[in-house]
Amino acid sequence: MYAIQVKNLKFGYKRELTLRNLSFNVEKGKFISIIGPNGSGKSTLLKNLNHIYRPWEGKIMVEGIDINKLRVKELARKIALVPQDTVVDYEFTVEDIVLMGRHPYKGRFQREDENDYKIVKEALELTNTLELKDSVITEISGGERQRVIIAKALAQNPSIILLDEPTSHLDINHQIEILNLLKKLNEEKGTTIVLVIHDINLATRYSDEIIMLHEGKIIGSGTPEKVITKENIEFAYRLNVAIEKNKYTNSLYLTPINN
Amino acid sequence: MKICTNKERYVLVILILILILSIGFFSVIGTANITVADSFRIVGSKIPRIRDFVDISDITESHQTIIWSIRFPRVLLGVLVGASLSMAGAAFQGILKNPMADPYVIGISSGAALGATIAIVSGIKSIFNSMSSISFFAFIGALITVFVVYNIARIKTKVPVSTLLLAGIALGQFLTAIMSFLMVIYSKDMAKIIYWTMGNLGGKGWDPILKISIPVIISMILINFFARDLNIMLMGEETAKSLGVDTEKTKIYILVLGTFMVSMVVSISGIIGFVGLIIPHIVRILLGPDHRILLPASALIGGIFMVLADTIARTIISPVEIPVGIITALFGGPFFLYLLRRSKR
Repeated sequence: MYAIQVKNLKFGYKRELTLRNLSFNVEKGKFISIIGPNGSGKSTLLKNLNHIYRPWEGKIMVEGIDINKLRVKELARKIALVPQDTVVDYEFTVEDIVLMGRHPYKGRFQREDENDYKIVKEALELTNTLELKDSVITEISGGERQRVIIAKALAQNPSIILLDEPTSHLDINHQIEILNLLKKLNEEKGTTIVLVIHDINLATRYSDEIIMLHEGKIIGSGTPEKVITKENIEFAYRLNVAIEKNKYTNSLYLTPINN
Repeated sequence: MKICTNKERYVLVILILILILSIGFFSVIGTANITVADSFRIVGSKIPRIRDFVDISDITESHQTIIWSIRFPRVLLGVLVGASLSMAGAAFQGILKNPMADPYVIGISSGAALGATIAIVSGIKSIFNSMSSISFFAFIGALITVFVVYNIARIKTKVPVSTLLLAGIALGQFLTAIMSFLMVIYSKDMAKIIYWTMGNLGGKGWDPILKISIPVIISMILINFFARDLNIMLMGEETAKSLGVDTEKTKIYILVLGTFMVSMVVSISGIIGFVGLIIPHIVRILLGPDHRILLPASALIGGIFMVLADTIARTIISPVEIPVGIITALFGGPFFLYLLRRSKR
């Protein structure tokens, strides 16, 4: 069973195609990273998967159902999105924010009930943000805010979480903290994770599979060992690199070398 | 477990009580000296069931007329106008994610007033039974204005403060100018024009209130059902979509409902500025950004504020009345500048 199937996906903002005929499948319960240089279409792809953008051509299936046939709330029960950075200028409490994750389950005339608060509490516990519950979102740190946003995603009770560079504004310990959290969700709850990330070393360390994009095309997909090769990196990033196995993490480690 | 509705309920109940008290209190203030107790008794004597227990034979006929036929409908109209403008302001600020959005600043009030003026000067008689042609034209004028301003101000899906203000104020002034021009040609009554462009609640009687109150109250209730969507939209367009909010549809519902409310009241009161700007901000500072409480509380506090402003307008240089829009602008102008300065930070 596939969580996401993409067939011949084409999409562009103006005339030019940003995504040129992409096809791939994401198996249920996998941890997938999408990498590629700036402007290669990573975030655009993610937004197509979440139906924020409509594909020009091609087909996207979520858990076997055509994405066009899902109502917005139905999709939000299957897929949650964590953006790069969520700037909130309004003084909502952390609990209010996470409670918003219950929206897809609520009718217009329905209020949140005890069960919703229970799910919110679990999400807060899982992301280690329970003690921030009554804090105001504008007054917590960037790392804490990102965990709260992930808690909101969890409150949606999704089977798939899409993340768009969720760690790029964070320092190294918070990056690891977020990725460990995602790995935990992936292993314990079986949540399918699709992560857009710039740091290739983190991608190889955490992912089951990697999709490498270059100018809107997939130039490699599969296990880190298969995709992260000297040739692929040189082709996509025009960078000369040394790749070796890191003896501490037992994953591929990439070091840029000057021409 | 925390049930969030408790705080909401207390606050709203308190505000409703304050509103009722201020209706009584402000009906009393004026040139004719009538006590609060008398005014409540006069009102009571008009309500079925309560009527039987109230004896008003000791109150003079003229006082009864002043309270029941002049002041009381005026105060209620003030509540309706203030509540509509404030709730529309709060909702617009939410969907546009822009703290400066207000029915007056973004030109809706001017569009409504122009529509109403066209109906008045052309003497078109009622098209629909339930709604006067003036209100209908006001709604059409306002609706056209809001979509023009929105599309001029919009840059992709964002509506930045600067373009919204420029488009709204420019178009608003333009429409106000056309409106004044029409009135000069057709009525040659400058005083009437001033009252219409600066707003006035006096001398309307019961008739207009009875006509607009039900549609206005229904649209207020409907807007409240979008409170959660509005909260989520404050998190950003993409987050809102990923949470299952149909942002484009929500925007259109809110714009249409808010514009409808505003045009109904403006078609009676004329243009009253800044209420929809000041009140939601004060409520946000006092009660937080949650629209489930912000929307109803803005309506209630807006109603109280409007009645207060109108009382000042009719008593400050009594017996001469000044347009209530002057009072709201005296409060609102400096407040607007303060917000603009703060948003620059």
